[in-house]
Amino acid sequence: MSSSEDRAVNAFREQIDGPIASYLSSCVHCGLCAHACLFFTETEDPRYTPINKVEPLRRVWKSEYTFFGKLASMLGVAKKVTDDLLEEWEPLIYDACTLCGRCSMVCPVGNDISYMIRKTREGMVAAGYAPDGLKGATQRAVTIGSPMGVKFPALQVQIHNVERETGLTVPVDVHGADYMALLSSMEIMNFPEYIGALAKIFDKAGVSWTLCSEAFEATNSGMQIGSSDLEGELLQRVVDGAESLGVKYVISPECGHAYYALRWEGPNVLGKKYPFQVIHILELLDQLRLKGKLKVEDKVDEKLTFHDPCQIVRKGGVVEEPRSLLSLVASDFVEMEDAGVMNWCCGAGGGVSANERAQPLKLAAFKRKKSQLEALGAGTMVTACANCRINMEEGLEENNMQIEVIGLTETLADHLA
Amino acid sequence: MTSVEFLAWVRGPMFQIAVAIFVVGVVIRLIEIFALGRKADLSEPRGGETMPGIVTVFRRSIPDPGTFKRSPFTIVLGYLFHIGLFITILFFVPHIELFHDVLGVQWPGLPTPLVDAVAIISIFAMLAILVNRLRNPVLRFLSNGEDYVVWAATLLPLVTGYFAFHRMLFPYQTMLGLHILSVEILLILFPFTKLMHFFTSFVARWYNGAAFGRRGVQS
Repeated sequence: MSSSEDRAVNAFREQIDGPIASYLSSCVHCGLCAHACLFFTETEDPRYTPINKVEPLRRVWKSEYTFFGKLASMLGVAKKVTDDLLEEWEPLIYDACTLCGRCSMVCPVGNDISYMIRKTREGMVAAGYAPDGLKGATQRAVTIGSPMGVKFPALQVQIHNVERETGLTVPVDVHGADYMALLSSMEIMNFPEYIGALAKIFDKAGVSWTLCSEAFEATNSGMQIGSSDLEGELLQRVVDGAESLGVKYVISPECGHAYYALRWEGPNVLGKKYPFQVIHILELLDQLRLKGKLKVEDKVDEKLTFHDPCQIVRKGGVVEEPRSLLSLVASDFVEMEDAGVMNWCCGAGGGVSANERAQPLKLAAFKRKKSQLEALGAGTMVTACANCRINMEEGLEENNMQIEVIGLTETLADHLA
Repeated sequence: MTSVEFLAWVRGPMFQIAVAIFVVGVVIRLIEIFALGRKADLSEPRGGETMPGIVTVFRRSIPDPGTFKRSPFTIVLGYLFHIGLFITILFFVPHIELFHDVLGVQWPGLPTPLVDAVAIISIFAMLAILVNRLRNPVLRFLSNGEDYVVWAATLLPLVTGYFAFHRMLFPYQTMLGLHILSVEILLILFPFTKLMHFFTSFVARWYNGAAFGRRGVQS
């Protein structure tokens, strides 16, 4: 066994728990999960069947955690995890899966396949089998502090621009503030209007908030690549920042996987509960709406729809909040087919957007969103994830579709009373 | 071995061996799963685990509309043969008598002509399932030897039972012996194959429902 095979098998062993064993024991090869996955529906390549993607993990479970498999191993007939297998499966696990979790919702025997694929990535990355683009993003996140290489001075420039435009102060490193807002690099570089939107809304609502110069990055390439260790290292920065400022809440921004990493995986990866609460920006905005602190003066008249970011809605549980907020600001809000917890992924989550090799496949997968949008005829699509947003803008442009994509927070800020 | 001796053997020692392998095997497999357990989740829950888990256990028996639209054939055939097996195994009067002998409990059966019709439907559903598995690109790709062995092992008791009841192919004693033997093969294969999903899918559904429920989504 090569050292990389050894590392993979060890990492897979650490991932096998009761749920994984029950899932792998239950699969009857019915193939229904394929039809829940946009990488299969848009390519019809059977290798993209979700359950097929966990084959490396399955082999370790089968040969080491089942009586019959152990017997087969002793006789030397068990299927092994080899470098060839890992190399062949790397594109299936990273390029053709956004961890969107749609397969987990349809499997008739109840397999949470996206949980299984997330765990399979742990073994892949431990053995060095991960896409170069995602490796680079993770390395930049760990060494520089952001997958896009954004440092605090770059954020400061954007803060100054926002302050000039809005005439408001964007608080930084304010000790004892109630809320510490996080950002994604994508927002800092491509959609700084999100920062301005926070400033406007929080000013009107009287929310005590701050940014933290030591911990402003919310994205977590460590989770995307599947390394709990690196994921924990990135999350620890947020915890340290929040603790040093003594905030009560940390606000996860309009970024899907950042929320999932921070809200659901974080305490488990770090092995302890947070001394603060994590709240998604949409949850906070909806709380403000209910308290009457978020009022709009006019509505968007245009036909408008909402794209559900998978990690916020299906896998994050923030389902009703965006709808309540949109009903506040949109007079003609229409839902896509399969909207809500069964919505289709934009095609670029789970690290796919950082993986150059996956770009053609990502554009193929976008056909699903394209047909959803064509059926609807809406001129504007609101979303709550900068990664979904930039990917959909790219997909729409590629397909010559004239649909504007905007963030929900800034939409609200633009119509603030 | 005469047909009488054969019947005595499958009803006697072979039956005991098969049941023992089935029971011990299933228990070992379930212990293998539960012994692994789950780490305590330290994230702050948004919803409960138990109830959403239970809801998913039941709800996953019904496909979501989108999935049904995409794979109607697979789903209808799946329903047909699962319900067919359920009825033929549990509601054929001679089977109930066997359960009464072995387990000491009994329940009312269904009229034999009805069970007979269900058996025929199940057999044809199983044949269609094989065709579907061989023709559908995803199913063909996913299938391995075990899938075909389990398919055959599930079909054989239906076919041999049907033949025995209708006095077809072999003399009744021989056919009944073959029917019982085919069930014993199924029982022996059970703990080592995907047949385990009969038990583990409920565990899997619960874990799935609990994980999503904790995050505030009913899966």
